[in-house]
Amino acid sequence: MVRDRAPIVAGTIFALLMVAPFGLGLIGQGYLTGLLMRAMLLAIAALALDLLVGQGGMVSFGHSAFVGLGAYALAIGLQAGIESLLLLTLIALAVSGLFALITGVLALRTSGVYFLMITLAFGQMTYFTLTSLAAYGGDDGLTLWSMATLLGTDVAQNAGQIYFVILVVMVAVWWLMHCISQSRFGRVLRGARDNPERAEVMGFSVFRYRLTAYVIAGMIAGLAGVLTAQQNEFVSPALATWQHSGDLLVILVIGGLGSRNGAILGAFFVVIVQDLLGAVMPEWRLIYGPLLVLVVLFAKGGLNRLLGPAQTGSVA
Amino acid sequence: MNVLEIHNLCKSFGAVRVSRDICLSVAAHQCHALIGPNGAGKTTLIHQISGVLRPDAGQVLLDGHDITAQPIWRRAQAGLGRTFQITSVLPSFSVRENVALAAQAKAGSSMRFFAAASDEAALNRRAEAILARICLEDRADVLAADLSHGERRLLELGIALAGAPKFLLLDEPMAGLGRVESAMLIEILAVLRREIPMLLVEHDMDAIFRLADTVSVLVEGAVVARGTPDQVRADPAARAAYLGEGTVGDPVGGTLGGTA
Ligand SMILES: Nc1ncnc2c1ncn2[C@@H]1O[C@H](COP(=O)(O)OP(=O)(O)OP(=O)(O)O)[C@@H](O)[C@H]1O
Ligand SMILES: [Mg+2]
Repeated sequence: MVRDRAPIVAGTIFALLMVAPFGLGLIGQGYLTGLLMRAMLLAIAALALDLLVGQGGMVSFGHSAFVGLGAYALAIGLQAGIESLLLLTLIALAVSGLFALITGVLALRTSGVYFLMITLAFGQMTYFTLTSLAAYGGDDGLTLWSMATLLGTDVAQNAGQIYFVILVVMVAVWWLMHCISQSRFGRVLRGARDNPERAEVMGFSVFRYRLTAYVIAGMIAGLAGVLTAQQNEFVSPALATWQHSGDLLVILVIGGLGSRNGAILGAFFVVIVQDLLGAVMPEWRLIYGPLLVLVVLFAKGGLNRLLGPAQTGSVA
Repeated sequence: MNVLEIHNLCKSFGAVRVSRDICLSVAAHQCHALIGPNGAGKTTLIHQISGVLRPDAGQVLLDGHDITAQPIWRRAQAGLGRTFQITSVLPSFSVRENVALAAQAKAGSSMRFFAAASDEAALNRRAEAILARICLEDRADVLAADLSHGERRLLELGIALAGAPKFLLLDEPMAGLGRVESAMLIEILAVLRREIPMLLVEHDMDAIFRLADTVSVLVEGAVVARGTPDQVRADPAARAAYLGEGTVGDPVGGTLGGTA
C-alpha cells in the first residue's frame, strides 16, 4: 500500500494555522488573521462539497445555498432572542439538513449535467428567497448587533477567540471527512461514482447513499454559514449566490478533487490570490481566469498533488 | 424446488418484441444455458431478471418469492448475482477493493462512517478467498483499470461471487477471451455450477457442452427449443435457427457481438 502522507501534510497545515495569529499579531497584521479566517470558512464548506464532488461524483452547483441557510438561521435566531451558539448551530444544522433532504430527493433523480442544473436552480431559489426576507434586510442583508455566545462566553466572537473556534471546527470537519472517505460508507459512495450500475447490482441502493452524503454535506455547509455570520457580524444573500458555489468548485479543482487537504489548500490559494491580486491591480479578474486555466492544465490533481505522492484509488 | 422461475415474461422496445412469453426455471445445482443468435434478446432477459429493465408482463421468482417489482439492489440483497456482457467493474478500485465492496453489501449495514473499511478483517478474508478462487491473488493491489481484458472478466465473476449469491446470471462470461483464458474460466465455472445454480448466456459451444445441464434456444425473443445439450444439438429448429450458423466447430470465433 502506498503510505498515505495526507495526515502529515494536514497536521503541518493545522500547526501553522495554530501559531499564525501569534506571529501575525506580533508584526501587527490583524488583517492577515482575517484573511486566514475567511480561507478556513471557505475550506469548511469546500470540505463538505468534496464529499459530493470528489467522493460521490455529484457535481453540485448550489452548495452555497446551505452556507446562506446556516448564516440566516443564526441571524434570525439571534433576532428572535436566542443567544446560545450551540442551540443556534443545532437549529442551523436542522434547517440545512432538512433542506438538503428535500432538495436531494428531487435532485438525485438526475445525474451529471442535469444534477448540476437542478442544484443550481435550488441554489437560486434559496438566494431569491433570502433577498425577499424584508424583515431581515432583503437584498442589503442584515448587520448583527449582538453575537451568539458559547456557553455564556464571548469565546466564539471576534472579541474573543473566534479564530481558534473556526480552526477547531475546520480540523474536526477534516477529520470527519477523512474517516468517511475510508469508511464503509465512503467506499460505497466512491463505488457508486465509479460505476453506479455495478454498485446497485452489488446490492447497494445508490440513491440512499448519495442522499445521505448530500444531507451530511448540506449540514456541514450550514455549519460553515453559522461561523461565517458569526465572524462577519453580518449576513446577506450574497453568501448564497451561484458565484459563491462556483468559487467552492474552483477551490476543489485547484486544490485537488477527492482529497481533504486539497479543499483546504485550494481555499487558501483562492483567498490569498484574490486578495493579493486585488491589492496589486483592480482588474485582477483578468489574470485570475488564465491563472485557473494554467493550474487546471499543468497541476493535474491540484495543489494537493504537489505536496504528496499520487494517492491510490483506495485512499482517494 | 426451483431457485429461479420466470413466468410468461414479455418485453417490447417499441414495435420490437424482445421477450415473447418466456418461461424458464432452474433448480438447485443446475446450470441452464441460454443460447441464440446476436440480437435474440438474451441480454435483455438477463436485465429483466436482475432488475435493470422492467418486463411489460410476467413474473420473476427467486426462491419462490416474487421479485418482479423490486429494484436492482433488493434483488441483489435477495441473492441474485450477475455479471455483465460488457465488463462492468470499478476501475479506480483495486482488485481486492472491488471484491471487498461486493462482500460488504452482504455483511451488515454499510451506513458506517468512522471505522476504516480496509481494516475489516472479515471483509478482507472474504476478498482473499474469492481472489484465490478466480486466480487473481497476485493482482490484488492492481487497479481494475490496469487489468488485462481477461483478468477483468475474471474480476467481473469475482464481484458476483463475493456477494454469496443464491443464483448467478452470467452474460457471456467468456466474451473476448482467448483459448487459454476461456479454458481456465470454464474450469472455474465447472466447479461453481454444482454450488450455485446459474443461468449462463454463452456463444462458446465448448463451454455449453461442458457446463450446461439444460439448454434453451432463444430466437427473436422466443424459446424455440429446450433440452439437454445433445438434444438441442439434434433439434432441427435449434439447428436452423442457430447451430446452423457454423458456430459449433468455431467456439472462439463464435463469441461475436463486438464485446471485447
Ligand atoms: N434499450 C434498448 N432500446 C431499444 N432496443 C433495444 C434496447 N436494448 C436492446 N435492444 C434491442 O433488443 C434486441 C435484443 O438485444 P439483446 O442485447 O438482448 O440481444 P442479445 O441476445 O444479448 O445479443 P448479443 O448476442 O449480441 O449479446 C436487439 O435487437 C437490440 O437491438
Ligand atoms: Mg447480449
